[in-house]
Amino acid sequence: MNQQKQNQQLDKEMHDVEIVIGQIMRVGVIIAATFMIIGFIILLITHTGGYPGNHFPTTLKAIFTGLFHGKAYAFMMFGIFCLILTPVLRVIISIYAFLKEKDYLYVGITTLVLVILIISFILGHR
Amino acid sequence: MAVNFTLLMFGVGLFAGTLGAILGIGGGMIITPIITLSLGLDIKYAIGASIIAVIATSSGATIAFLKDDVLNLRVAMFLEIATTIGAVIGAILTGLISTRFLYFLFGSLLIFSSYNMYRKLRKNDEVYHSSTPDKLATKFKLNGSYYDKNLKKQVDYQVKHIPAGLSIMFGAGLASGMLGIGSGAFKVMAMDNAMHIPLKPSTATSNLMMGVTAAASATVYFFNGSVRPDIAVPLALGILVGAPIGSRIMQHLPAKTIRLIFIPLLLFLGLKMALKSFGVVF
Repeated sequence: MNQQKQNQQLDKEMHDVEIVIGQIMRVGVIIAATFMIIGFIILLITHTGGYPGNHFPTTLKAIFTGLFHGKAYAFMMFGIFCLILTPVLRVIISIYAFLKEKDYLYVGITTLVLVILIISFILGHR
Repeated sequence: MAVNFTLLMFGVGLFAGTLGAILGIGGGMIITPIITLSLGLDIKYAIGASIIAVIATSSGATIAFLKDDVLNLRVAMFLEIATTIGAVIGAILTGLISTRFLYFLFGSLLIFSSYNMYRKLRKNDEVYHSSTPDKLATKFKLNGSYYDKNLKKQVDYQVKHIPAGLSIMFGAGLASGMLGIGSGAFKVMAMDNAMHIPLKPSTATSNLMMGVTAAASATVYFFNGSVRPDIAVPLALGILVGAPIGSRIMQHLPAKTIRLIFIPLLLFLGLKMALKSFGVVF
């Protein structure tokens, strides 16, 4: 196969991959932004974050409990947490997308990136 | 929470997001001084806000287009290996290598790369001639092509000097792991200066990568209480509005204009880092 033909085929593969990624990323970012905006609206209405003083929830458990009680800061923190997950989401769907187009070299490379990410996540929580 | 403060954070986010998406850098260098100097808040919250800002810029730039023709996903994932390994090692080595030495090293690198960018600007060297394909680049399918909305034509490019690019990416990861600084500028430098990737794919790919790199350390800051919702939320929302705009603007700008914004910024950042190693902080 000559270089140009190979490139064209690669381009088409990337086209399909990126549309799937684009749609999922949009959904992820919209979910994150929605939670942040809801929290912010609650904050504007109630004039309180829902926690005493300057406190805000920093564990997932506290955030979920706060969500059920309709606390502003819980919604805002949950939105931020969703936002942090969007790049990880991107790596995961990229693995899937490369798998779908049978590019096993990049399935491997992208999986390796995910594994290193998970390691750094664990190291950070020592 | 004061409405003024919220509006300020939103405005800062809007600005940092737009500029960050054009240049492929996180807005840390804009956000940190505003939070620490103007608002007098603890540096801890500035770092927490900056790392969220990097992710917001990255993901915000991504959603501007359903299908981003400019970024190179394979280059991103390939280089991300070096960056994330660098970040992990950097996190482990914190304290072992003198940070003063690192600030000097990376500061000098940035100054050098701003000089390189200046040379490219003077030579008007935005044309990417397809020379002999690089063996490694072909093996890893890194060569790419994008439609330049400013030139109104398809630009094919050959990626070169893979080992050099990987080394700089590793260093960029190391720097972000050890110094807690964003590494967008280094990523663009590695791709544009070393690997001969055109400037626009370089910034777009850097945008994608910096989000992935930041995500790893962001959870740490999130759970240790450095991320304050009253700061991070208006900032992130501003960025999520600004970054897609910046991402669209970038595709229509001449590469030369992007370079013109980049040069003083790199020089400033480089000087700031290099001088920090001598105890000069500004």
